[in-house]
Amino acid sequence: MFENMENIYLAIVIAPLLGSVIAGLFGRVIGRAGAHWVTIIGVGVSSILSMVAFKYIVFDGGEEFNQTIYTWLSIGNLDINVGFLVDRLSVTMMVVVTFVSWMIHIYTIGYMHDDPGYQRFFSYISLFTFAMLMLVMSNNFMQLFFGWEGVGLVSYLLIGFWYKKDTAIFANLKAFLVNRVGDFGFLLGIAGVLLYFGSLDYVDVFSRTAAVEGQTIQILSGHDWSVMTVICICLFIGAMGKSAQVPLHVWLPDSMEGPTPISALIHAATMVTAGIFMVSRMSPLFELSETALSFILVIGAITALFMGLLGLVQNDIKRVIAYSTLSQLGYMTVALGASAYAAAMFHLVTHAFFKALLFLAAGSVIIGMHHEQDMRKMGGLYKYMPITWFTSLVGSLALIGFPGTSGFYSKDAIIEALHHSHLPGSGFAYFAVVAGVFITALYSFRLFFMTFHGKERMDKHTWDHLHESPKVVTVPLTILAIPSVILGAFMIGPVLFQGYFGDAIVVSGAHDVLTEIGKSYHGVWGFTLHAFKAAPVYLALAGVLTAWLLYIKFPHVPAIFADKLGFLHKLLLEKYYLDKFNQAFFAGGTRKIGQMFWNIGDVRIIDGFFVNGTALTVRWFSGIIRTLQSGYLYDYAFAMIIGLLLLLAVFVHHLF
Amino acid sequence: MDTNIPLLSLLIWTPILGGIWVLYAGDRQENTVKYLSLSVAFITFLLSLLLYAQFDTTTHTMQFVEKTAWIESFNINYHLGVDGIGLPLILLTTFTTVLVILAGWEVIETRVSQYMAAFLILTGFMNGVFVALDAMLFYFFWEAMLIPMFLIIGIWGGPNRVYATVKFFLYTFLGSVFMLVALLYLYSQAGSFNILDLHMLPLPLDVQKLIFVAFFLAFAVKIPMWPVHTWLPDAHVEAPTGGSVILAAIMLKMGGYGFIRFSLPIAPDASAALDGFMIVLSLIAIVYIGFVALAQQDMKKLIAYSSISHMGFVTLGFFVAFSIYANTGSAEGAIMGIEGAMMQMISHGFISGALFICVGVLYDRMHSRQINDYGGVVNTMPHFAAFMMLFAMANSGLPGTSGFVGEFLVILSSYQANFWIAFLAALTLILGAAYTLWMYKRVMFGDVANEKVAELKDINSRETLILSLLAFVVLLFGLWPAPVFEIMHPTIEHLFEHIIQPKLGIL
Repeated sequence: MFENMENIYLAIVIAPLLGSVIAGLFGRVIGRAGAHWVTIIGVGVSSILSMVAFKYIVFDGGEEFNQTIYTWLSIGNLDINVGFLVDRLSVTMMVVVTFVSWMIHIYTIGYMHDDPGYQRFFSYISLFTFAMLMLVMSNNFMQLFFGWEGVGLVSYLLIGFWYKKDTAIFANLKAFLVNRVGDFGFLLGIAGVLLYFGSLDYVDVFSRTAAVEGQTIQILSGHDWSVMTVICICLFIGAMGKSAQVPLHVWLPDSMEGPTPISALIHAATMVTAGIFMVSRMSPLFELSETALSFILVIGAITALFMGLLGLVQNDIKRVIAYSTLSQLGYMTVALGASAYAAAMFHLVTHAFFKALLFLAAGSVIIGMHHEQDMRKMGGLYKYMPITWFTSLVGSLALIGFPGTSGFYSKDAIIEALHHSHLPGSGFAYFAVVAGVFITALYSFRLFFMTFHGKERMDKHTWDHLHESPKVVTVPLTILAIPSVILGAFMIGPVLFQGYFGDAIVVSGAHDVLTEIGKSYHGVWGFTLHAFKAAPVYLALAGVLTAWLLYIKFPHVPAIFADKLGFLHKLLLEKYYLDKFNQAFFAGGTRKIGQMFWNIGDVRIIDGFFVNGTALTVRWFSGIIRTLQSGYLYDYAFAMIIGLLLLLAVFVHHLF
Repeated sequence: MDTNIPLLSLLIWTPILGGIWVLYAGDRQENTVKYLSLSVAFITFLLSLLLYAQFDTTTHTMQFVEKTAWIESFNINYHLGVDGIGLPLILLTTFTTVLVILAGWEVIETRVSQYMAAFLILTGFMNGVFVALDAMLFYFFWEAMLIPMFLIIGIWGGPNRVYATVKFFLYTFLGSVFMLVALLYLYSQAGSFNILDLHMLPLPLDVQKLIFVAFFLAFAVKIPMWPVHTWLPDAHVEAPTGGSVILAAIMLKMGGYGFIRFSLPIAPDASAALDGFMIVLSLIAIVYIGFVALAQQDMKKLIAYSSISHMGFVTLGFFVAFSIYANTGSAEGAIMGIEGAMMQMISHGFISGALFICVGVLYDRMHSRQINDYGGVVNTMPHFAAFMMLFAMANSGLPGTSGFVGEFLVILSSYQANFWIAFLAALTLILGAAYTLWMYKRVMFGDVANEKVAELKDINSRETLILSLLAFVVLLFGLWPAPVFEIMHPTIEHLFEHIIQPKLGIL
């Protein structure tokens, strides 16, 4: 069956697209059940075939696939193609994306059960799966950008899914525009790639790095900058938008206005990791610019630490998880900066499972609570929702890096990698991720305790109707819980130390921290036991303990803290005032400039002064000229005589 | 290529004669008139498809050439031909005409036959502009085009139509006069009005510069470039939907066509010398006008400003070519910019046309273009909302729609001239999305804003057909633009080789 992998890869991409188109265009004809069946089958086919491809490439050692599907356009010698590159890196992403997406399709049947936009929702999430696959399977920059903006589009549509809600339609516009700021940088990066490498195909570009490495570009006259640094930072700005790194992170918490399944799928597990994937894919370029790597380190560290802190003061269950996602994306970014691409990808994969799990569990809680998302009105839910409770516990443990869970291995790998990195900024990043461990544990278990334990704070009506969610919700939870626990132990050895990604990721010897760590790696058990000799595990446990003390044992204490540290608390509640600043400075400023250009430039100067001014001048002038044409013979005779005299005078003057 | 049927003449005269027939049929049998007009438009479109089918994409030379003496004493000929620059624009014109006829179907209630006839005749003139190889013939079509447009806005337009038509007419006519002077001068030097002869005419730099400026005045007004753009928003606001569609989709392209057919090849050295000026104006159009669009309260004005901003990419793509060539020493990037600019013209025809039709759909129901009068339209018109979402995204340059292709190529190529040019041009990614989607949000999203919105009826089958056709082409050329590039590449490549050769001469 492997003679013609091209057909399989095509089917992987097209099946979800087909499902989306059918559900979208013929939603009314096929009905609600029709819509969910057609999309679930589409994504299911895609997911199973992705696993087949995964087995073929990873276990059977099959050929990588790098081929053009069709020529998008060609200009002389430059062909811009649509094509697939399926190697160990992309096939891993394909499995994660399609599998998580599949689970979420099933879960959606329960979550969106009563929604009037049921078919539309299925159409969107299938379309998302298609766009994401185009992104990860691309073998060139144009298609990468297509997928990149495609997922952005679907994210926009889904955040604004409930289009009557003012907050939702504010959030989706904000998300799209902030992402466009990132894409702006990304596009300039791509333009740089084309100029200096003369191609947009990955393979061509990566094979020409040697020729470009030493070149410089003058962006500000008099300053020579390395071309590699400029290109890499531009590309990374794109990643900052999509993967929500400070300061382009502001859209992600607001994106929680969308329905919960998409918070899980798009804004936690898959789309937001596109930036991480992209930088890993571009590792042959990023390796050549230490400046860019340091930049990535610092941005990632700031995100990991400071976004985690914000999670501590949120009361909306989804927003806590959103800030947690931001912080975890910061972890992945930091790993990229330390050249531990494999560790970043590892954390991406484990995070996709346990974060999707956490979101879906939160969704299950929200269903149970009749769409109440405020944790202050929850508590004691473990009695009523045992499956949700247990899976949440699993997810939370994975998130805080409890030894043995998936999250433990991937997060510890990142911390270790930073420990070994010597790039400028790695010291700060190391501090940020270690401190982040405590914070992660604190906010995660704050959420866990406030929701599932302690006093039952909901109103009577909600309390009367509390019950576990239906099977379509709990089954995906259970299925996602399994990889959240076991995947890490299976993956760590091959992925980090045994060259799992093969040639897909390139690390230069000077920054190869993972090989460094690998020297002292002696199997999963050794790694697990070793952790007990280091700080992070104890920090995580301390975080859990603190959460227990503050939210179960002495629940009146947090208020005292908030009161005593009023300034700090306010700063966190206001999200460092970044939203307000952006709103006033960028959004407001842009509108003001627009008004000014319009009122002064167009209306007053161009139209008022020049255009209508010319018309008025002509009218005024013709008014004067008109008086000359009085129609009286003697006026004209007089003018003629004057003219004659003048001419005579000129002649006389010339003759003598 | 030789062919027995004079296809180009048919493309010009079928709609004109058809239009006259429609005019004579009068308003008594309204339905007959409509179907007759639609048939004429459709036949014209089929003729253009036939032209495409027989077009040879391997050569840059003029094809389907027809030549007959017209005014022999001045060596003026009825001389037609088409190449890779004219063909896509002809296809765009004939396709749009079909849509415009459909768009006016139930909406136009007074003087239906005259309305339909005006558009058909206009189509003939516009096709004439794109295939004329004789400068005087070109000038004839160029000016003739103004008359139907003047009438369309002046008769079926909005309340302030007189100001708008006069402004439109004077602005464009003023520009054209300078072009006429330039053409007469060129004739005096070359002894011929053949455009291809004029391309080969050597001229000293000073003269070229004067010629360039004269052409510039005509074409910059038409396309329009900042700061001679203010006629466009007024004209659009007052024009009926069909008028706006033709204006945006085709008439603006006349300016771009003029630059690439006249300014660049006739005055290449002046173009190269003045390219900085053109680039700066283009960037002002992209950035400044982008901001201005953000401030608009009237949907049609907003789309009009968006058009100006998008046309900035056309002029940028054309004139950035010289410094790319100077920088990289290879023609590839420069040609990419010019072809990107051409693609931008085609795509903008579809997208702005579609957006004006969308506004027309709303206007027909609510009789308002003010954004503030709307809100929550998606609740009552979900199908319409889906279409308009697609076109709004296309207007924001989303990959997968045709709007992306041209901008993408122009930005990629301008990076090869200078980082900052690309930087400023790429700002459109943010600005374009901001003004388009902000408008979409205020008009379409949210809860039903008022009773009028609550009573809106979703699009009927005629409107669905028009929007579907446009959606189809927007997606087709977004996902597979290759055919357009196949048509134009030999011509553009040849053009570029021509314009980088100095053709300075002594008079």
